Amino acid sequence: MAEFKLKIRRYDPETGAAPYWDEHTVELEPHRSVLEGILQARNENDGSIGVRCSCRSAICGSCGVRVNGKPGLACHTHLDDALASAGEDGVIEVEPMGNMPIIKDLIVDMDAVHWKKIQRVTPWLIGKEPVPEREYIVSRESMIDVTQSMACIQCGACVSDCLSMEVDPLFVGPAALAKTYRFVGDPRDAAHEQRLKDLGEDKHGIYDCTHCFKCIEACPKGVAPMNQIMRLRRIAGNDFHIKDRNNGERHEMAFVNNIEKNGILHEADLLPDSYGGKFHPRAVPELISSLPIVMTALLRRKMTPGKALLHPHKAPDGVKRIFEVVEGRDERNEFNLYISGTDADNEGTAEVAEAIEAAEPAGVAPDGTEGSSA
Amino acid sequence: MKVAYWPGCVSRGFTAELHGSMAAVAPMLNIELVELDRASCCGAGVIAEHSQELADTLNARTFALAQQEITQGADLMMNICSTCQGAQSECQQRLDASAEYRAQVNETLSDEGLEYQDGIINKNFLWVLVEDIGLDKLKTLVKQPLTDLRVGPFYGCYIVRPTDRLDINAAQPRDEYLGQVIEALGGTVIDYAGSHKCCGFPIITMNKEASLEQAGRHLGDAVDAEADCLVTPCPLCHLNLDLQQPMAAKQVGRELNMPVLHLPQLVGLALGVSPKELGLQHHIVKPTSVIDWSQAVVGGVGGW
Repeated sequence: MAEFKLKIRRYDPETGAAPYWDEHTVELEPHRSVLEGILQARNENDGSIGVRCSCRSAICGSCGVRVNGKPGLACHTHLDDALASAGEDGVIEVEPMGNMPIIKDLIVDMDAVHWKKIQRVTPWLIGKEPVPEREYIVSRESMIDVTQSMACIQCGACVSDCLSMEVDPLFVGPAALAKTYRFVGDPRDAAHEQRLKDLGEDKHGIYDCTHCFKCIEACPKGVAPMNQIMRLRRIAGNDFHIKDRNNGERHEMAFVNNIEKNGILHEADLLPDSYGGKFHPRAVPELISSLPIVMTALLRRKMTPGKALLHPHKAPDGVKRIFEVVEGRDERNEFNLYISGTDADNEGTAEVAEAIEAAEPAGVAPDGTEGSSA
Repeated sequence: MKVAYWPGCVSRGFTAELHGSMAAVAPMLNIELVELDRASCCGAGVIAEHSQELADTLNARTFALAQQEITQGADLMMNICSTCQGAQSECQQRLDASAEYRAQVNETLSDEGLEYQDGIINKNFLWVLVEDIGLDKLKTLVKQPLTDLRVGPFYGCYIVRPTDRLDINAAQPRDEYLGQVIEALGGTVIDYAGSHKCCGFPIITMNKEASLEQAGRHLGDAVDAEADCLVTPCPLCHLNLDLQQPMAAKQVGRELNMPVLHLPQLVGLALGVSPKELGLQHHIVKPTSVIDWSQAVVGGVGGW
């Protein structure tokens, strides 16, 4: 048994009083969870502490909070680990999650934000017609792939810390977009293109993510929502060529073409090209609005007209060759660490697989093809 | 030490003062820069968004070029851009994970006679400062300590997240290094909400309001915390925080006037390099507070 000091953020909007910190000392073994600490404080010191929890085993997703400023599950954070990341005073800070209104103390309104966004993305499978007589056969790889986004337990930790949502509350956000990939990555779903067009055209959709990695860091289940968002963009642009009104696809292609031509980024071209070219109706107002900055930059010699207009750097042949080879492939070659694992992870697994195969009689493999006989 | 030096694109384009200031401070820190001038853009996450293999191959080529320098005596590869660090680390993680995938990528590089071997050490200047040069050594080189200069760190997402890929842990707190460097240079570290947040730059062409709102909010937080200036190891953050600052100020409806320095500029000031040589005159937001502090001959800076 050891003593731990918990500082809990308290707030009850119904009283009209300002939020405040409330400190409690709890006695528990160090490997016990922060949730157990909160519950002990509630049961023994102050029955009015508001906290939501259910399974206490990191599977129901109810107890999302911030511990020492970082989002996660209270039941999945050991007290000794929380103490290690606490400030110099050795007090563990527990706060409600961000980006969502507080109902009371550590309980946030998931309905108002998180669940609304999940509903926004049609979170169910739209089956292909005609419906086959028997089950759909799906390749093992594509199933492993979607298990990453299926691992989401809807705790809201990623939503809590999304930096894009912090300034744009309408952003569909990491959890709902990871859920979108769960269906766009599923070969059984019939609405890939519609889903991507819908979320590409939405100003607050797939192109509103700033690539800040906060959701990857926040997720207690390894869903890596941002990686799923990047794959949605890749499929929208490369497979369906969806030219969205937010310039997402245009910006991507402007960047890629810029590097193919110049080797290193020629910024003066990137902005107009991202809007469709210097004379595109969309580009003109953008360029005019940035004129004062361009003028100041010229005045301070941050850029020179020569540097902006000429292209002093040309892509070396080696770089051009890479574009030729990779862009010339019939199919995208995408190495997915989640599916493949690292060489170090896989060491020995080949032998195990062979051993299993040798022990099993010939039969039908999960993908429906006839298995090889041992 | 000798490094295979990857300056990045923006440091030779719209923030040329970054490349220039790095060149000015390197000899004072005893760093020999061997520039990788045939290397290409890291893709800044955008090329990977288009095609991972393309980004991986372009960066494998850069790594292979760096490894040629390393065989000839360079200690490691060094970059001066948070975004390069993050984008290249992401590609390196995939390349180092699988010999089979690496072989596919090397096949494309073989036309040029290049080959990437796993395990390159690629560090941002910030990491080199703390881990290879060392804060104690840095302290001894300070000629003009930044006494009373209140500096807010601004890291840029790519150099602080994800922590496992970037080897950030209790033993190696790379997400606290900027504060450590500011202190070593004699300055005061300002704690404000935006230090580890996103500058908003990646969505400037897609959702300009949200992008500028992010920049404006973090700059405003720094103003409220009474910072004299911010310092960043990321030139892309510098674009949104400095170049776009007048627009960000409009977006958030308040005056900001917050100078933003590149990391080598801050180091250079403490090492006694003149503000002009560090290119401070090229910034959109005049770093008057910083120049006043350094008691440089303002007339000598010129061109304001």
